[in-house]
Amino acid sequence: MTDSKYFTTTKKGEIFELKAELNSDKKEKKKEAVKKVIASMTVGKDVSALFPDVVNCMQTDNLELKKLVYLYLMNYAKSQPDMAIMAVNTFVKDCEDPNPLIRALAVRTMGCIRVDKITEYLCEPLRKCLKDEDPYVRKTAAVCVAKLHDINAQLVEDQGFLDTLKDLISDSNPMVVANAVAALSEIAESHPNSNLLDLNPQTINKLLTALNECTEWGQIFILDCLANYTPRDDRESQSICERVTPRLSHANSAVVLSAVKVLMKFMEMLPKDLDYYGTLLKKLAPPLVTLLSAEPELQYVALRNINLIVQKRPEILKHEMKVFFVKYNDPIYVKLEKLDIMIRLASQANIAQVLAELKEYATEVDVDFVRKAVRAIGRCAIKVEQSAERCVSTLLDLIQTKVNYVVQEAIVVIKDIFRKYPNKYESVIATLCENLDSLDEPEARAAMIWIVGEYAERIDNADELLESFLEGFHDESTQVQLQLLTAIVKLFLKKPTETQELVQQVLSLATQDSDNPDLRDRGYIYWRLLSTDPVAAKEVVLAEKPLISEETDLIEPTLLEELICHIGTLASVYHKPPSAFVEGSRGVQHRRLPPRAGSVESAESPDVGQSGPSEAPPAVIPSQGDLLGDLLNLDLAPPTATVPSVQPSMQMGAMDLLGGGLDSLLGGDIGGSPSMGAGLGAAPTAMPAALGGAPPVGGGLGDLFDLGGGVGMPTGFYVVPKTLWLPAMKAKGLEISGTFARRGGIIQMDMSLTNKAMSVMTDFAIQFNRNSFGLAPAGPLQVLTPLSPNQTIDVSLPLSTSGPVMKMEPLNNLQVAVKNNIDVFYFSCQFPLSLLFVEDGKMERQVFLATWKDIPNDNEAQFQIKDIHLNSDAASNKLQGSNIFTIAKRTVEGQDMLYQSIKLTNSIWVLAEMRVQTGNPNYTLSIKCRAPEVCQFVYQCYEMVLKN
Amino acid sequence: MIGGLFIYNHKGEVLISRVYRDDIGRNAVDAFRVNVIHARQQVRSPVTNIARTSFFHVKRSNIWLAAVTKQNVNAAMVFEFLYKMCDVMTAYFGKISEENIKNNFVLIYELLDEILDFGYPQNSETGALKTFITQQGIKSQTKEEQSQITSQVTGQIGWRREGIKYRRNELFLDVLESVNLLMSPQGQVLSAHVSGRVVMKSYLSGMPECKFGMNDKIVIDKQGKGGTTDDTGKSELGGSGKQSIAIDDCTFHQCVRLSKFDSERSISFIPPDGEYELMRYRTTKDIILPFRVIPLVREVGRTKLEVKVVIKSNFKPSLLAQKIEVRIPTPLNTSGVQVICMKGKAKYKASENAIVWKIKRMAGMKESQISAEIELLPTNDKKKWARPPISMNFEVPFAPSGLKVRYLKVFEPKLNYSDHDVIKWVRYIGRSGIYETRC
Repeated sequence: MTDSKYFTTTKKGEIFELKAELNSDKKEKKKEAVKKVIASMTVGKDVSALFPDVVNCMQTDNLELKKLVYLYLMNYAKSQPDMAIMAVNTFVKDCEDPNPLIRALAVRTMGCIRVDKITEYLCEPLRKCLKDEDPYVRKTAAVCVAKLHDINAQLVEDQGFLDTLKDLISDSNPMVVANAVAALSEIAESHPNSNLLDLNPQTINKLLTALNECTEWGQIFILDCLANYTPRDDRESQSICERVTPRLSHANSAVVLSAVKVLMKFMEMLPKDLDYYGTLLKKLAPPLVTLLSAEPELQYVALRNINLIVQKRPEILKHEMKVFFVKYNDPIYVKLEKLDIMIRLASQANIAQVLAELKEYATEVDVDFVRKAVRAIGRCAIKVEQSAERCVSTLLDLIQTKVNYVVQEAIVVIKDIFRKYPNKYESVIATLCENLDSLDEPEARAAMIWIVGEYAERIDNADELLESFLEGFHDESTQVQLQLLTAIVKLFLKKPTETQELVQQVLSLATQDSDNPDLRDRGYIYWRLLSTDPVAAKEVVLAEKPLISEETDLIEPTLLEELICHIGTLASVYHKPPSAFVEGSRGVQHRRLPPRAGSVESAESPDVGQSGPSEAPPAVIPSQGDLLGDLLNLDLAPPTATVPSVQPSMQMGAMDLLGGGLDSLLGGDIGGSPSMGAGLGAAPTAMPAALGGAPPVGGGLGDLFDLGGGVGMPTGFYVVPKTLWLPAMKAKGLEISGTFARRGGIIQMDMSLTNKAMSVMTDFAIQFNRNSFGLAPAGPLQVLTPLSPNQTIDVSLPLSTSGPVMKMEPLNNLQVAVKNNIDVFYFSCQFPLSLLFVEDGKMERQVFLATWKDIPNDNEAQFQIKDIHLNSDAASNKLQGSNIFTIAKRTVEGQDMLYQSIKLTNSIWVLAEMRVQTGNPNYTLSIKCRAPEVCQFVYQCYEMVLKN
Repeated sequence: MIGGLFIYNHKGEVLISRVYRDDIGRNAVDAFRVNVIHARQQVRSPVTNIARTSFFHVKRSNIWLAAVTKQNVNAAMVFEFLYKMCDVMTAYFGKISEENIKNNFVLIYELLDEILDFGYPQNSETGALKTFITQQGIKSQTKEEQSQITSQVTGQIGWRREGIKYRRNELFLDVLESVNLLMSPQGQVLSAHVSGRVVMKSYLSGMPECKFGMNDKIVIDKQGKGGTTDDTGKSELGGSGKQSIAIDDCTFHQCVRLSKFDSERSISFIPPDGEYELMRYRTTKDIILPFRVIPLVREVGRTKLEVKVVIKSNFKPSLLAQKIEVRIPTPLNTSGVQVICMKGKAKYKASENAIVWKIKRMAGMKESQISAEIELLPTNDKKKWARPPISMNFEVPFAPSGLKVRYLKVFEPKLNYSDHDVIKWVRYIGRSGIYETRC
């Protein structure tokens, strides 16, 4: 075979010649011609002009020729949609072929032709192929559904292919299952809220069975899908882990990494004191190490992932330092990654070895690698205090080599070491000063200047040194200029007598001759400080600096959690969330680890874990457009109507504290702020489902119940445990969880604000959108102290019901905006209607009877409350705690009938009749109200109160 | 998933381009050429993101294979797939070269259509593929044959077809180990590990059920407790008399039942026909280091280096090591080298900046030495010579990890042959991996 000749035809009349050959009678000649066409296509030549001639060759018995024609079709059909129709007949015929390979080929190719007219014809053959007797055809058809969905999602839904695809998960053939899972996962990604991949224990079991039997690729699809599931409890989590661990011995690294992902995620749910937890940790290390003997490209992927795993669970690999030692022949990308991990694993136990290695690396050839090695030595010094001295002396040795970039890098890290261990290693300053001239990089110059300024009192010729920098002040980079300005001011404050001239020189350079605003501002501030109050200047400029932290460049915890859920994928290689590099809606869904076992967080409803769509709560997060519109309305739309509606809520005490802040919160900021997109995200997160009747899981709930807060209430208002309202992911690190309570007639919104970012948060303020019952803050949000990283603060916000009213969908939806010094964030939550049940809701009997009759029967709604094991008296007592008052009780044939009344804050009366049959745990509830839309929510309150 | 797959020659010309997803356009082909193949500097990462499109690449000789995607794909899977693609191509037409790719481009397109569907890897076992991608058409098959093919491609045992028959049932086991070492100049072991592979060539009839046993510490200890220590054969290799070895980790070919290994640590499987890799493993404890390298480098003034290297073989005197090669790096400004060695041949190779010392054979417990004088050109380069490590290559007829095959039992209940009728061959080869001593 010498097919390479097809690549060399570059004559002029080529297309014309090919045309003739394609229409030749001889089969061989035809085939030759098609091969030439494909070769030209590969090289990038446009051979679309031959479309009709190539399609004519389609009707053939020769499979090789047929495949070539199909290949051509896939490439050019889109540019010639009308002519592509010519091919339809052959496709449809081939889908009926007795040979399964040809049926599959036809359906596979047809799915790749993105022409609307063709896809219409695809539906019938596809439907047949999905139910084909041959597994090879079924597995191909399964993928074809995903293809079709990519072309026309609506068509796939209308034709019911999704259900057929779901059925294939129970197929007897493992490869069909795997492909169906892959197709469903992909389709589900573009419908984040759909219930498409209905993962429940039964389907999980099916997947785990198929996992043992299918191809290596199928195992990857299944494991990646499993990783989206959130087990109900630790026991389920453990049993899945047990069935996934054997995959760690698979020869395919991708199978191993995907298994690691599942285990890392599900491990979160296991209690730490469980024996199995320890076993699992031990099992994870060897396969991760083995990945490092794979080909270099895979090593790179593995190392990027290990970097994440080490940050999340350092204990897994803490004894494996040696395997990350760099080999001389490793590709540079492997070397750099290994170095990163070495620093993360460095500890007192292994620091001697690590340092010896790093010193070795600092003499290598690759500049980036050497720099990183030097920097790593500094990091070790900061991380492991015992080693600091050795690190410093190693760095001094390296400075002696006089290799320019080594010296510069060393000086930069030594600056950090000074910051970490003040007054300890200043003896080396003299050596550093010797190298002043060789520094040509801004970072190194700035570091050196900082050192001179900081220790000016110990360096005799500090003024000379700094003066030498001053000569070329305007040619320096901003970083160096700023540093130089500060250093000279420090020097002046320490040795005022000799340096007056110098400081004046630098101040005038910075303020008068510079056009950099930062530099000018800093210059002016120093100038005024010095001229008005030198003592204050001293306090400001020479203030004690906070120690720098040990671990730098750690990935932010929330991002880390998300990346752990993406182990093995590109996101884990880039260390960026998928939304940062994937276009469109795909993959933008944020993933979270399941709540940690045993921690208070477990009080969150499991659904917050995002991936368990089993109990999809009503989608109440408004789409970005909606909320944007709504909030803008408050301020911008018809001014006469909206301005007063904002006013009252602002007067509720928020005004004095926040003043203009709120204005900008609602007005200006919303306008063009890019943070809107970030805050709202394109992908709605599942909302807390606690209201929907899902009993919250986990222990420790008692702590959360604020029962003591009731003022003279018989049994107390039932408070739903706090649920996550605003995930940190969407709010630049601010996490808010909360609940509502009614205490002594006052409505309160209890929130826990957690700072998961790396910096301090201040200036909190809150505002509500208009809502169905006019809820509005009755005072400012009381967060008086700044919220430092990882700190949580609990606040109780009193609410009034005199705010502006607008009917929401659902009725109890509340849209909230929270502002801090970073940005404005939006979320929405639902409050239990019982919040609005007032204390004087007990109706007179007579009035009750009259009203009951008065309300039309159409307004009556009936509900079943299941599984209540209370007698009618206990129930009525319980309900009274939530201001649901029993007015009368009647017993008819062993059935207790309770008549009850409720009054809402907006003076709407709700009447109810509850039938309780002794021995039957199911109550029947009839609710009557003039505003029938509240019935559903009243029923929810009943259920919630009675079940807790 | 994978959006497209391109193959380029060293100049960056496209040899194969197959697009699977609509979001990948023709311009992606050029983007990779311009930004990666034609880029001036060394490749800094095997994954490149250009304009929100991610490119994964591997190189085989001077051929570039690139997979392209716009989604958050499983990166490990993409690389595994690219390697697999190389394996499949090699199995079909030998070495991956521009010539071979051009000659087989129709076949490659056919393969790409089969093993990647909408960017999802499908069955890529060469054994199965060869049954129906033959470049000869498939019209001639009977209905039974067709369904046999499809059930094999999609089935639980996708790697083996039914109805294989051999007159002589025979199998070959090769234990191939590569021993890796990083040693400090003072002779301290900085890191050492053995990565081993058990490669099997099976010529067995029917669907044989196999069970493989080795001196795995965990298994032996378990049996020891049970009181069935029938395995008293003394280790005759490598000089150390240890009975069992601690395996850090192992991975298996997909034919091995992993859940069984996980629960009972037994290795059972139905093997593919012909040659394949049964398992890989890694050990770090009690490794027999076949050679010890003792370097001595002395800088005499600024223009001369004296190097003396002693190698000592550390295994049974009755065994012979082969293909021994010691590579001593020399500085870039070397002007001349004089070498004296006791055994073998040594040469200074200016193009490789190294002295290469070759010895054909060497018995165990022996010692040999080389000394060299290196003349240097005076330079004003301030940077000191980095002194790359001295590396070594060799081959020894034993397993440096101490691994021993205890048994490989074959059961085929349906056919008329038993375990005793199968002819079995076992061979151990230990090679140097990255075997370096710093100097």
